[in-house]
Amino acid sequence: MELQELIIQKLQKNFPDSFISSNVYMGDLSVKVDKKEIVKICTLLKEDSELLFILCEDVTAIDWSKRNNRFTVVYHIFSFKHNFRLRIKADVDESDCAIDTVSSVWKTANWEEREVYDMFGISFNNHPDLRRMYMPEDFEHYPLRKDFPLMGIPGSLSLPKK
Amino acid sequence: MGLEAQLKSDGFITSTIDAVIAWSRKNSVWPMPMGISCCAIEMMAVADPKYDIARFGSEVMRFTPRQCDLMIVAGTVTYKMSHVVRKIYDQMPDPKWVIAMGACTSTGGIYRTYSVVQGIDQFLPVDIYLAGCPPRPDNLLHALIQIQKKIGKTKARDFQNKPLPELPVIQNN
Amino acid sequence: MEILKEKDVNTKILQALMDAESDVSVDDALENEMILNMGPQHPATHGVLRLLLRLDGETIVACVPELGYLHRGYEKLAENMTYYEFIPHTDRLDYLAPMSNNVAWVLAVEKLAGIEAPKRAQYIRMMVAELSRIASHLVAMGALSMDVGALTVFLWTLREREKILDIWDVLCGARFTNSYTRIGGVANDIQPEALAMIKDFIGQFEGSIDECERLVNSNKIFIERLDGIGVATKEQAIDFGFTGPNLRACGVEFDLRRATPYMFYNEMDFNIPVYTEGDSLARYFVRADEMRESSKIIKQILDKIPHGEILLNQPKKVLPKKTDVYSKMEELINDFMIVNFGINPPKGDIYSAIENPKGELGFYLVSEGEGIPWRCKIRSPSFVNLQSLPHLVKGHMISDVVAIIGSLDPIMGEADK
Repeated sequence: MELQELIIQKLQKNFPDSFISSNVYMGDLSVKVDKKEIVKICTLLKEDSELLFILCEDVTAIDWSKRNNRFTVVYHIFSFKHNFRLRIKADVDESDCAIDTVSSVWKTANWEEREVYDMFGISFNNHPDLRRMYMPEDFEHYPLRKDFPLMGIPGSLSLPKK
Repeated sequence: MGLEAQLKSDGFITSTIDAVIAWSRKNSVWPMPMGISCCAIEMMAVADPKYDIARFGSEVMRFTPRQCDLMIVAGTVTYKMSHVVRKIYDQMPDPKWVIAMGACTSTGGIYRTYSVVQGIDQFLPVDIYLAGCPPRPDNLLHALIQIQKKIGKTKARDFQNKPLPELPVIQNN
Repeated sequence: MEILKEKDVNTKILQALMDAESDVSVDDALENEMILNMGPQHPATHGVLRLLLRLDGETIVACVPELGYLHRGYEKLAENMTYYEFIPHTDRLDYLAPMSNNVAWVLAVEKLAGIEAPKRAQYIRMMVAELSRIASHLVAMGALSMDVGALTVFLWTLREREKILDIWDVLCGARFTNSYTRIGGVANDIQPEALAMIKDFIGQFEGSIDECERLVNSNKIFIERLDGIGVATKEQAIDFGFTGPNLRACGVEFDLRRATPYMFYNEMDFNIPVYTEGDSLARYFVRADEMRESSKIIKQILDKIPHGEILLNQPKKVLPKKTDVYSKMEELINDFMIVNFGINPPKGDIYSAIENPKGELGFYLVSEGEGIPWRCKIRSPSFVNLQSLPHLVKGHMISDVVAIIGSLDPIMGEADK
């Protein structure tokens, strides 16, 4: 497909250091980038007049449960112009568990990133309002990490007195 | 016709206050719809013209706990929500009854996860556990009838010498 | 209304509320601003949404929504069960339209596993998805009207909704949480009685929706409560990530059924209702128009629905029919393997989204080649739509908050997951 090549070409040309790889699976194009320039990459994809990925559908993360690059932050963005969905992935290591926020590019990312912070403990630099989304503020664990048991940790959440 | 026709000449009947209070109380149970999730929609369906909870004198759904006798906890109660549910229960005037509507309210149901309370009886006294996920509206009506039966059997001495619950005193300045 | 104690509100939330920037100016500003707690138990928040409002008199200066009172841990659950076992859980995401969620989930799993359901099954799925869109919009319409004070509309739309629930009772044996679809098809073929009921329902539907609309559409109070309340412009709507009816009320003609056609929507003839005002009234009108379009689609499906199989014949991925399991050895083995070890889709990740009544419901699935998903992310439309609430309510009265929430039509089951 021409559009897919165009996207890869543009990313390669503008960010030769940050662009890592791309692949197509079941018709979905996904590109892997370095986390350092994620805001610049997103700004380009949103504002380039040939691409116009103006709708950010989703921001999420994956816990691979391994030592290096434990987490991958995944963005799904959509272009009304081409009716095309792009997936961006950026690896985050546990030792430096932070990535720049893209909420300055798409406002939608604000809550989505808070959700990722709540569930995985990945913090977002320069986020305007980084609080827990779902769990109470005094909860200490990150539920969607693979080392968190499904039934939770006893005593971590309080119940009212009977 | 009606009640008056059954009365003798001057319109007196003899009964106990207990029986009269229980009879009137059970036929006007005012529910507090604690609608949390899916079951709340079925609770709404109970009020609609097809099932019509008004036939049982309980159509007055009050959204303030101060005017209610019966709390229908409809939906999954999470740990975060449990404090709210308890607080609202504490605000209801005595005597009060609770229906745990649906599987996840009663036992946690299909949600065996870190955030869901595995049965609200861990922090609330429950009178009726209602099966189903969610229960059909007819089933909720059945639970209401059971509650009415229970209320009909109450006697004055059930409420006598009852210790007052210990509540945090709210002092207005 | 009671006085908020420090232990009731976490200081971080209060801080966010005080820090929230605001350009609202009130003519006769009061000396002290007031903080009002709305929810999580409030009849107009459609579930357990909690809002903290900073007020000047009756004007809202800032608002901070607080979610998570219904966080049930779906994504963690999905990582601990097979793809088949998760179908009943999708019912309870957007519990006003369980059928569409079922369809969204099986389409995502089928994309991941690289299979496609037979044509008849796809048509049945389309039909139930459209019916559930009508069922969901009926509640949205009724609840909005009830929130702004018209109770009769709510009773009448619920009466219509009950007819759809009766159809589902016949179709799959459950009136509310259906779990009707299966990976590679649907649970059972559509019965002639169910088809007749759908025909009856669609035949009388337009008349009864007109009836409901006549109650409020020319009512001055109703119109003035909604007109010009909670306006989002086209650019703002896209920036907030609106999808579904809320986006179309802001003048963007975007519908996933057209934009990225799935199933057989590209063969259907229907319009996408678009309004440009972007206020609560426009959102209400979009929903009413969408119901008519849905009934148009169902009519076409009833004409076009082909005969044939309703379940794919792919023993490694699709559960065989129960009658075959009880009588044939091969099917029994396959059934045992799928139930115990799952369908093991190949390694990879996909994102699949459909147009749900509330907006775009997407599933991002990561498979490691095992029977259970490694990661399942639910992109729920209500969650994203709610995000715009602080912006929409700013500068309006407290009573307008109710109307704005009602017109956004959030469902906390999927917003909190």
